Amino acid sequence: MKKEFKHIQAAHCENGVGVSLLKYHGLEFVTEPLIFGMGSGLLYLHLPLIKINNGPFITFRTMPGKIFSTASKSMGIKVSRTKFGSEVKAMNFLDKKVKEGVPVGCQVGVFNLPYFPPEYRFHFNAHNLIVYGKENGNYLVSDPVMETVTTLSEEDMIKVRFAKGPLAPRGQLYFPENVHQIDTETIRNGIIKGIKRTNLMMLDAPGGIIGVNGIKYTARQIQKWRDKMGPRKAALYLGQIVRMQEEIGTGGGGFRFIYAAFLEQAAAYVKNDSLLEISEEFTKSGDLWRESAIQMGRIYKGRINNEQADFEVCSDLLMRISDLEKQAFLKLRKLKLK
Amino acid sequence: MKKEDLPQDDSPLKKMTRELLYVKDENGKYTTDLSTGWEVKKKALENAWDEIKERSEEARIAVKNGEKSPICYFMEIKLMDVMILSAYTNFWGFTIKRHMKPKVFKELSDKKLNRYAKAFEISLEDLKKFKG
Repeated sequence: MKKEFKHIQAAHCENGVGVSLLKYHGLEFVTEPLIFGMGSGLLYLHLPLIKINNGPFITFRTMPGKIFSTASKSMGIKVSRTKFGSEVKAMNFLDKKVKEGVPVGCQVGVFNLPYFPPEYRFHFNAHNLIVYGKENGNYLVSDPVMETVTTLSEEDMIKVRFAKGPLAPRGQLYFPENVHQIDTETIRNGIIKGIKRTNLMMLDAPGGIIGVNGIKYTARQIQKWRDKMGPRKAALYLGQIVRMQEEIGTGGGGFRFIYAAFLEQAAAYVKNDSLLEISEEFTKSGDLWRESAIQMGRIYKGRINNEQADFEVCSDLLMRISDLEKQAFLKLRKLKLK
Repeated sequence: MKKEDLPQDDSPLKKMTRELLYVKDENGKYTTDLSTGWEVKKKALENAWDEIKERSEEARIAVKNGEKSPICYFMEIKLMDVMILSAYTNFWGFTIKRHMKPKVFKELSDKKLNRYAKAFEISLEDLKKFKG
C-alpha cells in the first residue's frame, strides 16, 4: 500500500527534505532543529579572495548535503546518494523511484526554477526539494521552503537538476534506505556528538576565517572596505552579507535561531537545563545578527551617502557577536556532555 | 527574536510563499511562524539587482561601441560569470575571454556560437545580430 506523503514547511531546504523523508518513513520525533543540530549545520566561514555574485563569500552553514548526511549517520540511517553523468539516466532513475512510490530528495539549481519569483533566481545550485509523485507528465514536488506543494514539468526538472556552475547538482538524488525506529539513547548520543562537532569547528578551526575567529575576520575586513573599494561597492558587500544571513532558508539571524531551538530541544533529551541557558545565548546572538543587518541596511539604503563611522558600528557589532558566541561555545564545552 | 517582532513587510517573495522562521512564543519557548518579508533584506536584494542592471547596461554600451562581443552582454543579463558560462558551454575561461573580443567573435563558427546560444537560451540569430 502506498503511504501518503505529507508536505512539511521548513526554514531551510536541506533540513526540510530530511525532516519530511524521515517522518515519511515513520520517525515522528524528527524536527528541523534536531536535524540541523545533530547534523552540525551551524558554521561561520568567510573565504577570502573568492567572490560570489561579485561579493564576499560568507556562509553561516556547512557544505550542502552535509547536514542530512551527518544527522542520518548519527542515527545509523544510510542515505543513498547518486549523481549522474547523463540526463536520460538521471530522469529514468527518478521515474523508477516515483513508480516505486519512494519520495526522493533532489538537489537543484534555482536559476530555472519556475515557481521562484524572478528576483530570487540566481545561479544558486544547492537548493533541495522532494519529488513524491508524477501526474499527467508533471512531477509532484514538495519544496520545503514553500507553504504548499507544487509541480514541475519534465523539461523544467531536467533543467534544474542539471544546472551548471559551482556546486552543480549533476542530477543528484538521495533517499534514506534502512529507516528503523531510533531509541532515545541514540538520539541523545547524536545530539551530543553534533554539539561537539560544531563546538570544534566554531572554536578551534585553524586559519582565522572559520567560526568565531572568522566573524572577527569579517569585522576587520568591514573596516577596510570603504577605503579600499569606495562607498558604493562597500555598501553592496554589506548587502551580500545580509542576504546570506537573512534570506529565505536561514530561519533568521544566520541560522542562529534554529540552533537555539535545537539546544532547547536538546535540553529535554540530554536532561540538562544548562542547555536552556546556552540556548538563550544563541537567541541573543541571532538578535545581534539581526541588529547588524539593520545597521548594514541603513548603509546600503543610502548607497553612497555613507560614512566610515557607519562601517565601524557594523564592525563593532560583529566583534560583539564573535565574543558572545565564543562564550556560549565555551559554556557548552564546559558542560562536558557524555 | 520574539514572535511579535517578526517583520511582515512587503517582498518579492510574496508571489511564491511566506517564509518560515524560528521565533520565541509568549512563554519564551521556540516555535515557528511565517513572515511575508523584511524590508532590510528586500533592500539588499534590490541593490543586488540594481547592480546587475548597471553591469548589463555597461556591457550593452561596450558592445555598441565595438569594445566587447555580445557574449559579454548576454552573460551579464543571464547573471552568469565566466566560471558559470564556462560550465554551460564547456569552453575554457580564457577562451571565453577571447571570444568576448568583437574581432574574434566575428570569426567564430556557428557550431561554437551555438554553444553560447544554448547556454543563454536564445537563438543563434539573436546572438549574432545583437549590436547593443
